[in-house]
Amino acid sequence: MNIHDALFWFFSIAMLGCGFLVIASRNPVTSAMFLVLLFVFMAGLFLLLEAIFIAAIQVLVYAGAVMVLFLFVIMLLDIKASERRKFKALGVFGGIAVAVAFVWELMIILSQSVKPLTSGGAELHGGLEEVVKPFFAYYMLPFEVTALLLLVAMVGVVLLSKKELK
Amino acid sequence: MTSALTLNHYLIVSGLLFALGIAGVIIRRNALVIYMALEMNLNAANLALIAFSKFNRIIEGQILVFFIIAIAAAEVAVGLAIIVALYRRKQSISVDELTTMRL
Repeated sequence: MNIHDALFWFFSIAMLGCGFLVIASRNPVTSAMFLVLLFVFMAGLFLLLEAIFIAAIQVLVYAGAVMVLFLFVIMLLDIKASERRKFKALGVFGGIAVAVAFVWELMIILSQSVKPLTSGGAELHGGLEEVVKPFFAYYMLPFEVTALLLLVAMVGVVLLSKKELK
Repeated sequence: MTSALTLNHYLIVSGLLFALGIAGVIIRRNALVIYMALEMNLNAANLALIAFSKFNRIIEGQILVFFIIAIAAAEVAVGLAIIVALYRRKQSISVDELTTMRL
């Protein structure tokens, strides 16, 4: 087993463990902390897949901006201890049943050899130039629409955060 | 690099993370934790897209992931603002309290 495979198993198992702890821990702050770890391990997997630019974006946007927003809201809301009540048996059973059914279905599909296309071009390296060039060649309109959407989201957040909703 | 890893390895990890996210959305009653589980689902989809991109040698997968990350950031901002507004009304963010459409 070379270092590449060893890192894959380490990142995958650590990531799934963090994912379990996110949904299993009682305190939302603990969940948020494990979610940060999950995002970092996911960035590690992206690096193994040679998506260097996306890995950097993952750490900056998810582990940075999004999680700061989550922690800020958790602190702002000041959840009382009574909120941390027990889980409902029906909900736990239903959730586990749906998850198991999903994984079962996935295994059936993946056991029927999903082979990659072999018609693709050269090996990708996921560097900045390789990822960003198509934005200015083929995906100019979606790129600009995304910018507009971020603006609309910002206006919406300011409106929603006002004291009086009318 | 002589790696024994195939596309299926990454797809299985992605699928397991997605299943964890679904279970979290159904089991948890706290709106914030439900949101975190949804973020896990988005990340699982990102992992599958990057893996397809790498093994099929098509850059479009990574471009789609870039858009998903941008949209997810906007979605988190709006969603958390809605949760804050709900908390102001109900003094609670448990989804058990939200049984009616009107505030």
